[in-house]
Amino acid sequence: MKYMLLIQAGAVDADGGAEGCDVTDWQAYDRAVNDAGIVVSSESLADLVTATTVRVAADGERTVTDGPFAESRELLGGFYVIDVPDLDAALEWAARCPGARGSGAVTVRPVADFGG
Amino acid sequence: MDGEEAGYRMAARSSVEAVFREEHGRLLASLVHRFGDLDLAEDAASAALEAALVHWPVRGVPSSPGGWLLTTARRKAVDRLRRDRTHAARLAVLQAERERDAAPAPRTAGELPDERLELFFTCAHPALPAEARGALTLRCLAGLTTPEVARAYLIPTATMAQRIVRAKQKIRRARVPFRVPAVDELPGRLPGVLNVLYSIFTEGYTASSGPSLQRPALAEEAIRLARILHRLLPTERETAGLLALMLLVHARRDARTGPGGALVLLADQDRTRWDRELIAEGTALTTSALTGGSPGPYGVQAAIAALHDEAPDSGGTDWAQIVALYGVLLTLTGSPVVALNRAVAVSMRDGPAAGLALLDGLAGEPALRGHHPLHTARAELLHCLGRAPEAAAAYRRAIELAGTEPERAHLLRRLADLEAEPPGE
Repeated sequence: MKYMLLIQAGAVDADGGAEGCDVTDWQAYDRAVNDAGIVVSSESLADLVTATTVRVAADGERTVTDGPFAESRELLGGFYVIDVPDLDAALEWAARCPGARGSGAVTVRPVADFGG
Repeated sequence: MDGEEAGYRMAARSSVEAVFREEHGRLLASLVHRFGDLDLAEDAASAALEAALVHWPVRGVPSSPGGWLLTTARRKAVDRLRRDRTHAARLAVLQAERERDAAPAPRTAGELPDERLELFFTCAHPALPAEARGALTLRCLAGLTTPEVARAYLIPTATMAQRIVRAKQKIRRARVPFRVPAVDELPGRLPGVLNVLYSIFTEGYTASSGPSLQRPALAEEAIRLARILHRLLPTERETAGLLALMLLVHARRDARTGPGGALVLLADQDRTRWDRELIAEGTALTTSALTGGSPGPYGVQAAIAALHDEAPDSGGTDWAQIVALYGVLLTLTGSPVVALNRAVAVSMRDGPAAGLALLDGLAGEPALRGHHPLHTARAELLHCLGRAPEAAAAYRRAIELAGTEPERAHLLRRLADLEAEPPGE
């Protein structure tokens, strides 16, 4: 079963990295999760100042805005899609993720299965 | 005679239902273990009940009712899978994965398998909403119907049904597993299961709202479930501690309410009405919960309950020991409610002024802001100290916050007592 681990960065330090964990923590986690052979895909997202939002109104009018500059706890920093037997296994990988520490959090969402 | 036959049918039906209720948890757990799907397991279990209602009144109750129900239910489940190929294919994948991942369960020869432990952990899974865990546990493991669970929690059946359906959908769609956590995960997961059983018990012991103070049937279901869990995990000391605590508190049920369902405080209870058998059983379990390692929170709470149960009256209670045990519990839990209980015990040991000083130190705790026992305790201690206006204000605040009618009635009586006393003393 596929699960997406959405990494919600908490407070961000001056370099835009997640607070309380350094690059080596992330490298070690990334190696472990890849070595386990469960990664379907994964990306780390660029800094939020680079984000742009698009909305299309009912009349088709397009609005493009800079941002969003969301509340820090809703700031999506990256994701992993992993394929593991059940929710407990997914939660275990989420708990090991450096992004779950400090003021950060990892949200685990099953990927919808339309029976294909 | 029609009436006679109808009566006979009804008697047969209620005996089948009694057996079924006893066997339900075990049956459902076996089916879930075999098929990995809660809905399919529930359908098969109720189909087996229907079959029992047809066959048992005619052929008699089989020698192993549980075995008969399991065999019948398995056949019903397989029939359904034959009819529903897509469902079957999905389950086959699940099954293969389970068999690949799971070590075979040890079996005692001649005994039906008991997979209920898996179901306890699934129903209490932290990924499920807290308010659904107790309901799901009562339904799956205690064999209560959804209307019965709804009545137990005093909420409309439709609301409860929706809560249960949503929880089951999450189990299925997010694939919450049916498995017993590994030994190294157990310390993280068992407290969640114990907490579900304890919250069922406390809801039965002090209903959080409603016309009556106690709902003993719910407390008894919680005890029944705790007994099952204790049998399944005999070496877990906190499971013994939880069961002990429930028995030691439940032993006082008949003395806790007076005429018309009025609340009777521990100090004023007729202790001859306490259930000595439950106290003896609870005390023995407390000893085993506190032996062989550092104590857990349920074991310590059971020890406190045992000290109350053994005391001849409030004055003859070992308050010094109770203060010490609340101190241990406070270290274990850090809970402001425990600090409140400790303060009350200190007032019994050292007098009301000492207790009040501790209570006033807790007034700023956010967790206690809407907690009526804090205001009740302050009111009683201020009352003792002759500070009538402050006591009256505290009683009024407690009355606003109390959840059940008998609690409110008790506080109104205490306020009336206070106001009837001559001023200035």
